Amino acid sequence: MIVFFYLFALISLILALGVLVFKNPIHSALSLVGTFFCLAAIYVMLNAEFVAVIQVLVYAGAIMVLFLFVLMLLSTKDNDQYALKLNVSRGLAVAITGVLMIQVLTAFMDPTLRFGEPGAYPVERIQEIGSIALIGQLLFTEFVLPFEVISILLLVAVIGAVIIAKRRVP
Amino acid sequence: MIPISHVLVLSALLFSIGVLGVMLRRNVIVVFMSIELMLNAVNLSFVGFARTMDDMTGVIFIFFIIVVAAAEAVVGLSIILSIYRTRKTLNIDEFNLLKW
Amino acid sequence: MAFVTTTDLIPLIPELILLGAAFVVLLLDLFAPGSQRTTLAVTTIVGFVIALVAEIQLLDSGATGFYGTIVADGFSILFESLYLVIGILTVLLSLHYLDDHGIGFGEYYVLLITAVVGMMFMTSSLELLVIFIGLEIMSISSYILVGIRRRVPESNEAALKYLLLGAFSTGFLLYGISLLYGATGSIRIPEIVVALQEPGALNNPLAIIGVALIIIAMGFKVAVVPFHMWTPDVYSGAPTPVTAFLSAAAKAAGFAMFVRVLLTGIPLEAELWKDLFWAIAVLTMTVGNVMALMQNSVKRMLAYSSVAHAGYIMVAVVVGTPAALSSVIFYSCAYAVMGTGAFGILTVRHFGKTPDSYDDLAGYARYKPCLAFLMSVFMLSLIGLPLTGGFIGKLQIFQAALEEGWVWLTVIGLLNSALSVYYYLRVVVCLYMREGSVPDGAVLEVAESPGFALTGLVGAASVVVYLGVFPQTLLELAASSVSTLF
Repeated sequence: MIVFFYLFALISLILALGVLVFKNPIHSALSLVGTFFCLAAIYVMLNAEFVAVIQVLVYAGAIMVLFLFVLMLLSTKDNDQYALKLNVSRGLAVAITGVLMIQVLTAFMDPTLRFGEPGAYPVERIQEIGSIALIGQLLFTEFVLPFEVISILLLVAVIGAVIIAKRRVP
Repeated sequence: MIPISHVLVLSALLFSIGVLGVMLRRNVIVVFMSIELMLNAVNLSFVGFARTMDDMTGVIFIFFIIVVAAAEAVVGLSIILSIYRTRKTLNIDEFNLLKW
Repeated sequence: MAFVTTTDLIPLIPELILLGAAFVVLLLDLFAPGSQRTTLAVTTIVGFVIALVAEIQLLDSGATGFYGTIVADGFSILFESLYLVIGILTVLLSLHYLDDHGIGFGEYYVLLITAVVGMMFMTSSLELLVIFIGLEIMSISSYILVGIRRRVPESNEAALKYLLLGAFSTGFLLYGISLLYGATGSIRIPEIVVALQEPGALNNPLAIIGVALIIIAMGFKVAVVPFHMWTPDVYSGAPTPVTAFLSAAAKAAGFAMFVRVLLTGIPLEAELWKDLFWAIAVLTMTVGNVMALMQNSVKRMLAYSSVAHAGYIMVAVVVGTPAALSSVIFYSCAYAVMGTGAFGILTVRHFGKTPDSYDDLAGYARYKPCLAFLMSVFMLSLIGLPLTGGFIGKLQIFQAALEEGWVWLTVIGLLNSALSVYYYLRVVVCLYMREGSVPDGAVLEVAESPGFALTGLVGAASVVVYLGVFPQTLLELAASSVSTLF
């Protein structure tokens, strides 16, 4: 089991780097889809099966298809020429990110890292209720407000997509 | 049991690859994809924390992040479409009518 | 298992009213397209006014709902009322601008309403999840509003830059929230506070990194140096009423979140954070003022000056005492009104075009004396001269800083204020001292300013002067609302 975690972690890192270095944006997009699948596998290993399903359906299935669709729609000959180029300011950006990252990573590797108090849902309990049933219960009780409020966001996104991308005003 | 610190390290690495993508890439759609990668790294750390602490809040949070990411992608891509119609390019450096 | 009842909805009444108004506007636009623009604007204003009345009714009710997620305390009511007032002003300033520039979308008003609703959720919630969703509703609505002139390349570009940097900062915010969740096991601010009060909890690297990431994200949202790069571009590329709205309401909402999450939510006594905020405050004031000095476009100058004003507010954030926090509230309100007014003047056409550079301001005193006078009021208030709201605001901030012994910070702040006199007075000089050559074919419409806009501008100017002469009411409200936070 644990071997698979490291395997998927490695693949997802390589594919994520692919997003960064591939010249062709379509290759980057496909590489990102691969990263999403690897993360979905890791979610399964972390007992978050429903998140894994949603990850594949929504992220890999819907959002990335949208990206690919737009990329194909806008594909021009010069799509490939914006490769990764380093200059002084970008080198500086990389250096700063790198230094900060090393700080963060050493902090995370610290074995005395403290986490919050244990909550009410250990794995056995989740399996007893059922992962999806539990999420449903929580969404309609404790988290009903964000669940309702997010519908406003979806409305805004629909309105925005229509008025910005629509070709002509009649 | 997968050690939480390794999950966190993976998520931090993915996050920083995303940050680098935003800063280094010039194709605006790839920049946008890098932002999606950052959000995915956040999701991973939420799942990791939720598992470690036997808590469901982190898992619930992810659904909302996914919805927001989808909404942002829709609006962002339509803005990219409309800017492409007037400018015929996807290179960030050429969007310089307003000085950065 | 406790379910939600109707009493949970009480603190949400203003939001629900606004959403109702949004749907009415959306349907009106569908069934009465084209000629009925004024109807839409009036409906929107009515919605804002009813929500404002509901807001005032909620004062002192102390209503909470949804498992304590939503509160209607003095702090949230004060800020929500501010957003509603700015919303009304923005609608008043929009009507003629939309006609002039051929923006024929009724959805404009709907997005304005949803942006305000997002801000209200951001301000009144104690749960980071709802705060985040509110922030996103506000941000996505504003991306669309900025880019609503979709045939204008500048507007597109501003929307794109706003969206990319907004989404980028959202990533930081979420990562910060997730680390804070890992360190404390909760996303509710009261529970986070309790968890962080345990001994040693503040030295937890998860908490430290999480707070740092949240500070970065908030820095982007309120546009403090070095995260301000998007401000001038977005503000100058956006339609001017939207710029006014963003610089006033969105910035106030950002500071409300800053106060709620970082200053009262997470105990930041550590010296490290103070030093960090000190540097941010000084840099923001200085860079904002120096860059504003060098601009030729008035809109861009005002954009940079809004960065500088965020710097003054950051001074109060550094000080962090209750008195300083109430000056954050007072200054946010005062700046919101005078900033909206100043941008608002630029929405009105002069010599047949929307003014942009200093040269465009010539001839106002002769052909638009009323607007020239109003603009001068706003400029004097932005400088911080006595009898204006800006003066009282700055006085409160620097007084609070001096009481806590932040002498250098005060000196730097005052020097910066002195610097800003130059470019604000330059506007007044252009308005009054220069004749301006009338371009060929320009129609001279003496004193024919659009009625709606004039109403809004006069209203804003009266508020600015009122705050300068009788600041007591708002000062007391601000002080009492700060006391509800702790």
